[in-house]
Amino acid sequence: MEKWENNKAWFLVLPVFIIVAFSSILPIMTVVNYSIQDIWGPGQSIFVGTEWYEEMLADHRLHDALWRQFLFSGLVLLIEMPLGILLALAMPKRGWGVSASLVTMSLPLLIPWNTIGTIWIIFTRPDIGLFGAAVNQLVEFDHTARPLDAWITLMLMEVWHWTPLVTLLAYAGLRAIPEAYYQAAKIDGASTWSTFWYIQLPKMRGVLTIAFLLRFMDSFLIYAEPFVLTGGGPGNSTTFLSIYLVKIALLQFDLGPGGAFSLIYFVIVLLFSYMFYQALQRVGKGEKV
Amino acid sequence: MKVKKKTIGLVIYFGLLLMPIYWMLNMSLRTNASILGSFVLFPTDATFTNYIKILTDSSWYSGYINSIIYVSINTIISLVTALPAAYAFSRYRFLGDKHMFFWLLTNRMAPAAVFALPFFQLYSSVGLMDTHIAVALAHCLFNVPLAVWILEGFMSGIPKEIDETAFIDGYSFPRFFITIFIPLIRAGVGVTAFFCFMFSWVELLIARTLTVTNAKPIAAIMTRTISATGLDYGLLAAAGMLTIVPGMLVIWFTRNHMAKGFALGRV
Repeated sequence: MEKWENNKAWFLVLPVFIIVAFSSILPIMTVVNYSIQDIWGPGQSIFVGTEWYEEMLADHRLHDALWRQFLFSGLVLLIEMPLGILLALAMPKRGWGVSASLVTMSLPLLIPWNTIGTIWIIFTRPDIGLFGAAVNQLVEFDHTARPLDAWITLMLMEVWHWTPLVTLLAYAGLRAIPEAYYQAAKIDGASTWSTFWYIQLPKMRGVLTIAFLLRFMDSFLIYAEPFVLTGGGPGNSTTFLSIYLVKIALLQFDLGPGGAFSLIYFVIVLLFSYMFYQALQRVGKGEKV
Repeated sequence: MKVKKKTIGLVIYFGLLLMPIYWMLNMSLRTNASILGSFVLFPTDATFTNYIKILTDSSWYSGYINSIIYVSINTIISLVTALPAAYAFSRYRFLGDKHMFFWLLTNRMAPAAVFALPFFQLYSSVGLMDTHIAVALAHCLFNVPLAVWILEGFMSGIPKEIDETAFIDGYSFPRFFITIFIPLIRAGVGVTAFFCFMFSWVELLIARTLTVTNAKPIAAIMTRTISATGLDYGLLAAAGMLTIVPGMLVIWFTRNHMAKGFALGRV
């Protein structure tokens, strides 16, 4: 779509800019300050330059956590995006089923994250939890002892918790496609698959881009659920980046390294989000032609 | 036949989705000793003591009221500011538009842990500590960008001819925007409102940092169930069940907007 050129459009954006900048700029500058100083008390600090950055970049436990994080987010996206779209396609379009599905779908999203972790602790306990007891009828399964089991449990919890976000966005995107497109497809005798590929998917590009980016960012920053459920263990097998960050920054109360870590972390998320964004923009344009 | 297969798949998924929720309900109706004591599929010793404690103890239920207040303020601010901005991004080219658009989203990308202290300092220095408006404003940091991005996606799907026709017909911009344009993207507004509500509702770290007693959110009060004697799972599960209720009401009220979708009514 060709856009109108008009710098007065800034006036429409200004309120958003002010309200976001208010909470954004000062905190991030403060963290930049932390990251270049050694702080050992209120008002007692010394400038150390890039020392913390060098220390953090050389930290092999951070590297391990980073690869774990990439694996986790990759799996999350591979599972949740297709599953979310499929569910959105399967949801009813009219009648009482719409309300029922929308409400059911949104349930996991509405529970505070630390509570989700706690509920899943009991839910997956082999002796007293529904999931744990059911699975242990078939195979021996214990997420507190075996890394693979811990990963499976975390992935299940993550997919259970966040796939509805993709579904709700995709569903709203599907509902926004004018009926005329489907009628045209019907007249052309298009199959379900080609209707999906040439009409529904391109039309959902906007909402799917934001769903993809949201899932990437939030899964990359995930903290509360794995911290509560596995505490990063067994061993370090589920110590994701933010769990390691909190270990450094808050438990040892090292604001300097913590600040440097936060900013490195931020830049990684930023770079990947930008790459994904650019790539998704291009894919969408290609499909339209 | 095909339609049926889809529905069966959906019903199976909902069955799996409801299992942890059912377990939370199950736990919420039992005492802590009973939960930790044995596996019970259908509680026979069901009791409402956990719910009664939450609904009669003001230090508990005030958490729900606080959360509802700041979440509502946040959702309204997010929608009101994001709607015109999203329109600008979807319709106009202006200086720095692409950078601005992406910059907005970068505000969701920082790991929260280390930012808690600067947030505390910022909001104390402007004298907003322990108020609902502070939490509502702070949550705008991640909800406003989200709202702009989702709404922009929906607005870009609306052909520009609709705007042009309306302007030729002599509509002023505000009148066109409110009476014609917003109804066209109801699905988007519904889903945006729900997501703003949801993300603000479940956010814990910032909300806990910025509040002491007056505006303490329910998610922070729930951490009180951890005491010297361990965790009171029953009470926590009951509080968890109750945290779902307001969100269900929101999705119930926005469901028609989400489901109705697109109607090229006017032109």
